[in-house]
Amino acid sequence: MSYNSALYGEDNILVSGKVVENVAVKLLQLAVTELPQDVKTALQRAYLEEENEVGKAQLKTILDNTELAEKTCAPMCQDTGVVIFYVKAGSKVDGLDQIEEALRKATARATREVPLRPNAVDPFTQKNTGDNTGRNIPYIHWKVVPGDTIEITVLPKGGGSENASALEMLSPNQGINGLKKFVVDTVINAGAKPCPPTILGVAVGGGADIAVNLAKEALIKPLGQPNPNPELAKLEQELREAANLTGIGPMGLGGKTTVLDVKVDYAHRHPASYAVAVVAQCWAARRASARIYSDGKVEYLTHKVT
Amino acid sequence: MTIYRLRTPISEEEVRKLGVSDTVYLTGTIVTARDAAHRRALEFHKKGKQLPVSLEGLAVFHCGPIVKKEDGGWRVVAAGPTTSSRMDLFEDEFIKNFKVRIVVGKGGMDKKTVDAMKRYGAVYGAFTGGAAVLAAKAIKKVKAVEWIDLGMPEAMWILEVENFGPLIVAIDAHGNNLFETIQSKAFNEKQKIYKTLGL
Repeated sequence: MSYNSALYGEDNILVSGKVVENVAVKLLQLAVTELPQDVKTALQRAYLEEENEVGKAQLKTILDNTELAEKTCAPMCQDTGVVIFYVKAGSKVDGLDQIEEALRKATARATREVPLRPNAVDPFTQKNTGDNTGRNIPYIHWKVVPGDTIEITVLPKGGGSENASALEMLSPNQGINGLKKFVVDTVINAGAKPCPPTILGVAVGGGADIAVNLAKEALIKPLGQPNPNPELAKLEQELREAANLTGIGPMGLGGKTTVLDVKVDYAHRHPASYAVAVVAQCWAARRASARIYSDGKVEYLTHKVT
Repeated sequence: MTIYRLRTPISEEEVRKLGVSDTVYLTGTIVTARDAAHRRALEFHKKGKQLPVSLEGLAVFHCGPIVKKEDGGWRVVAAGPTTSSRMDLFEDEFIKNFKVRIVVGKGGMDKKTVDAMKRYGAVYGAFTGGAAVLAAKAIKKVKAVEWIDLGMPEAMWILEVENFGPLIVAIDAHGNNLFETIQSKAFNEKQKIYKTLGL
């Protein structure tokens, strides 16, 4: 799909808010109706390998549901989440000040058109805004990168798995062993609640906010690709195997597939702190990304768009 | 692991036949209720007010659906279960006062609810979390919506369903709780799991 409504400046490229809005609506629709291929592959493998009868039946229902959602273009889960965007903005792009408004408009439009469930509630009055926008919502994470493209990723994050998130300010003396223990404990304490098989984002270091942010951002990395850092790749594998020894299984009804994958990231830490964050993503790991080029072309990175 | 096809209203006798790990497919009427609808229903009961619909023998579904208005009626687009533990606060009173026979949700419920299910005759049917399109497919009609002022997810949707399932009986009317069994096994395995991580 291509849009030709991008306007050109002399040196910089002006991206129109309308293009961004249209792309973001499409990304939301793709995310909630069709899982990225890497997630589908991981679920299919889990189904083939699961030996527990009840757990296997749960995975079968998950696969049937995923297929039907894709075929009928309906949201695979009724909890279409809180909308979070990750934007990589090229430094040569003009009109970046239009993007926030465009993403808000896209969220409200997608709520009507896809449709999404209205999930933005005022924490004091309990009033639901009805269109998934509100104070700080949708939330936008910005990164300025070299170049003249804009890359947008949407992560609609469901409440059930988000509620299983955990942060622990460990003592540096507990170190990596403390981290491993904390991950296992978090998986066991969460049990069935985050809709396993889950994907775990795990991050250490920085500070409380940095660890949680990195843990969540880890969830947008594709499954089945080992961490480029061999030490972290080994840790990811160890944690995945450990989590799958709990026997919690698909939907907490028993089995050997409790997590599909673990993604680890880190920041350098304060000498006195060892912040560890775990953010769980339910099996309905919905995300979609697109890159908008300077000539107005749009490339969808996670989904096939015809 | 028997498969049962049940039709509402369901009797106490029928529900007591079900055991943990059995599968149920439901036909008839189910009613959605999340936190806010549970709270309001119990307030109604306290004040001696009638509920908009009698829940006796029906299933209550922990679900905040996506519903679209079409041709003057409503169509359920997606309707998977929500996390049931949020309703632990209300469910024992809900079962006792309204005589629902099946509670449908995900993630299981606490001991207080398990005890109420044993005492008054009800089971917990786990519906696969996130399987919202399969659930919507089994919903044949929106019979009514009550308490829409609570918002789309929290309103009470009265739904006609056909072969709604599979529901795994995870808590039966005899005090058995599959989630609890699995989670306590995991707790017991903890030290062994730590060891595999060199702890």
